[in-house]
Amino acid sequence: MSSDADREAKADHIRHLLETEGEAVETNTLGFNQGRYDSVAGLEDYDALKRTARAIKEDAIERLPELLEELRETVEANGGTVYLADDAADANRYIRDLAIEDEADRVVKSKSMTTEELEVNEALEGDGVDVVETDLGEWVLQVADEAPSHIVAPAIHKSEDEIARLFNAEFDPEEPLETAEELTMFAREQLGELIREADIGMTGANFVTADSGSIMLVTSEGNARKVAVVPDTHVAVAGVEKIVPSVEDLAPFIELIGRSGTGQDITSYISLLTPPVDSPVVDFDEPDVAFADRDDDREFHLVLIDNGRLEMREDDQLRETLYCIRCSACANTCGNFQSVGGHAFGGETYSGGIATGWEAGVHGYESAAEFNDLCTGCSRCVEACPVEIDIPWINTVVRDRLNRAGDDGQFEFLYDELVPDAEPGGLDLQKRLFGNYETLAKLGSATAPVSNWVAGLGPVRTLMERTVGVDSRRSLPAFQRETLQDWYDRRGPRRPASDADREVVLYPDTYTNYIDVERGKAAVRVLEALDVHVRLPDVPGSGRAPLSQGMIETADRKASRVYATLAEHLDAGRDVVVIEPSDLAMFRNEYEKLMPERSFERLRDGSYEILEYVYGLLENGADASELRSGNGGPDVAYHSHCQQRTLGLDVYTRAVFEDLEYDVLESEVECCGMAGSFGYKEQYFELSMDVGDRLAEQFTTPEASDRQIVASGTSCEDQLDDLLGRDAVHPVELLDPRSRQH
Amino acid sequence: MSVDTGSTTQRFEAALADLEVPVTSTDPSKFERTVERIAGEPAIGTSLPFPSVSLPDWVDDEPSPRDLESATTGITAASIGIADYGSVVLPATPSGAEQVSLFPDLHVPVLRESDLVADMPTAIERLGPQLREGHSAIVATGPSATADMGSLVKGAHGPKDVHVLLLEEAGEDDE
Ligand code: SF4
Repeated sequence: MSSDADREAKADHIRHLLETEGEAVETNTLGFNQGRYDSVAGLEDYDALKRTARAIKEDAIERLPELLEELRETVEANGGTVYLADDAADANRYIRDLAIEDEADRVVKSKSMTTEELEVNEALEGDGVDVVETDLGEWVLQVADEAPSHIVAPAIHKSEDEIARLFNAEFDPEEPLETAEELTMFAREQLGELIREADIGMTGANFVTADSGSIMLVTSEGNARKVAVVPDTHVAVAGVEKIVPSVEDLAPFIELIGRSGTGQDITSYISLLTPPVDSPVVDFDEPDVAFADRDDDREFHLVLIDNGRLEMREDDQLRETLYCIRCSACANTCGNFQSVGGHAFGGETYSGGIATGWEAGVHGYESAAEFNDLCTGCSRCVEACPVEIDIPWINTVVRDRLNRAGDDGQFEFLYDELVPDAEPGGLDLQKRLFGNYETLAKLGSATAPVSNWVAGLGPVRTLMERTVGVDSRRSLPAFQRETLQDWYDRRGPRRPASDADREVVLYPDTYTNYIDVERGKAAVRVLEALDVHVRLPDVPGSGRAPLSQGMIETADRKASRVYATLAEHLDAGRDVVVIEPSDLAMFRNEYEKLMPERSFERLRDGSYEILEYVYGLLENGADASELRSGNGGPDVAYHSHCQQRTLGLDVYTRAVFEDLEYDVLESEVECCGMAGSFGYKEQYFELSMDVGDRLAEQFTTPEASDRQIVASGTSCEDQLDDLLGRDAVHPVELLDPRSRQH
Repeated sequence: MSVDTGSTTQRFEAALADLEVPVTSTDPSKFERTVERIAGEPAIGTSLPFPSVSLPDWVDDEPSPRDLESATTGITAASIGIADYGSVVLPATPSGAEQVSLFPDLHVPVLRESDLVADMPTAIERLGPQLREGHSAIVATGPSATADMGSLVKGAHGPKDVHVLLLEEAGEDDE
């Protein structure tokens, strides 16, 4: 269970990183992310390519034992050796033995996260071997004695100035180094000397092909090329998941990996090596012997790493992690990662969204627990992932497993009454509080306004911060005494079913029903204006709140109850309309994991986001003039919701605004930073505000500052309220014929 | 992959233009003069597997490690060009083509126009049998580069510049 002290320590760590590394990380990741969008736009059929890549990985992991055998045979037939290492210690022992046998004084390496996972450098150095990282970013870190902050560009947290200071202090060059050009040429020269005298070259492998025994390396600098051909011994280290059946399978990955990662269509070099390679050794002890006259006997060792992977393969939930090609898109696209980088959003070795799966699998759950909370489930990484991994789901599963491994909670007796979840007693209190938000909202609303006054009191906020870590700098949402359902029961439908075009069940999500009742009323009025009969039955919370805290069983129960309530309406041909995108994302996406396939499909196909539905009505002849248009309405600054965008639904809001002639300026950020309860948590408040700042910047420019702020998600609305001090509304409130928004 | 139209050669040239990589077309009769114009000295190379041309005499085609370090230009054969990406495929040879294409500041790949293919899958399909026979190759696109020192720099460990020589052989003109 996280204590107040733990939370403060975490907040301090994050604050420190925001100050020291935040800027460089932000510049670089935003550049990579934009590069990805630009680069994949040039593909004829990006989605088909992703599907092909995914299918190849699925098949390869399924057939892994068989491919391992085939690979062993081909590599041995080529004249190399294959060693399958059970774990890091086993791999390191093998590699150390090779170095001893070779009487190696120096090993030169190209970048490999898998060797970081093994900590092979430390193992070799313990034997007195000089280990040199030749990737310039890795070398900077080796000189600085720091850990990578990114799986592809390990030193992105360092600026040009910092690297110059580091090199000038460490190497004391005749002329102080300043520019990136000077730094690069200096490094090239130094490393060139070190590579010349190396005894062993060690590389990773992005892919290994079973049919030919080839390895594929994706690089831009050319150091991996040198490392592989200059010394006479090549050791390649690769996780077993890197094996694909054949050379031809590489094509989609070559097209996707650079685009997805650093946003390049292709990196400078794709090495396709079938070691031992035909290229001669570059032996500077015999500088005048022509290459053509050499007769080399090259050595090649392929060290394949299990280290938990074969167990991950047997784990239905973690297996998907093995499809990961480590492109880094999930890190670059992530709002939190863009602010803090891998030194906060990472475990022992891996960083970014998928690192939770990797760390849980190779280092254990403790390492994953360090940073797993930083995935807010915004889902922006899902469409960025070239192998279509449901990264947020892996984070949720690991969170759930961590919850279940917790100690027995001391406040259990107090909270078990209040929080009717299905989770173990040891669950972290903060998670429990946010996971049971629906119950709290019900209670808060029943006792409003007193509950709001009490919750707003200084001492109460201090207590909340100390016990459950609700940051006192956040304004708490105010519960409404009259819920949306109360209001509708009192008012009744204005468009009777008998003369309506369609019938809709408006889903009363927790936030709309108890807190932002106004947007619910606006939705009712907009639907009625378009000749729709609205029903507002009592439907339970979708389970989004508990799921985001990793409380899968509680979410599962909610899903069953939601479906039980809605099934009858679906049968009666009614459409389910949802205001809150994160709840609709449950219906359309996560429920697939929580209910039988047919139930899931029925609900998915019968539910709509409110603006998606309005768009459909207008397309089918509903009278747009019944809605308030942009003529007379305000100009708009619009931020769509992260999950809404992942579902591809933001286009409808845009289209409706356009139809109704609104002047709209749209945000370009991935996420507002609030992400449900994340921004309320004491330890993440500052990070959340930092992520939000990128959005605030766009909405405070002269062009945007007079516009009505509009956002589709509740947490985005809250975040924008806090960031800008301007009221944010939902799009449907603009369209409301009785709108008071000007 | 791309939605571009035009001939394969035009698309290849356009992709190289995007990468700011110069490309010069030549034919066997003008080959030596073209090489002379592009390459600086000292130049090293590995013999070209194309019957219609061979390296000029002043290009050292049997280089040693010492030559590798003093040369400013490396000339090697490319076996495939990929129009979509402006990439050239550089096969590794016992004579050291990999090193010659990597160490000097300027790399000049010589590519026959007839070896151009449209896209990546076609190129990899051609490479499949070769890799299965134990050979190796690099798909090289533009010069070596790094952004690790704070901004993009060309020539990290490999060549700072690449100049593609596109060889039109007899017979092609008539088509
Ligand atoms: S999970 Fe997907 S997006 Fe993330 S690094 Fe792996 S392949 Fe790339």
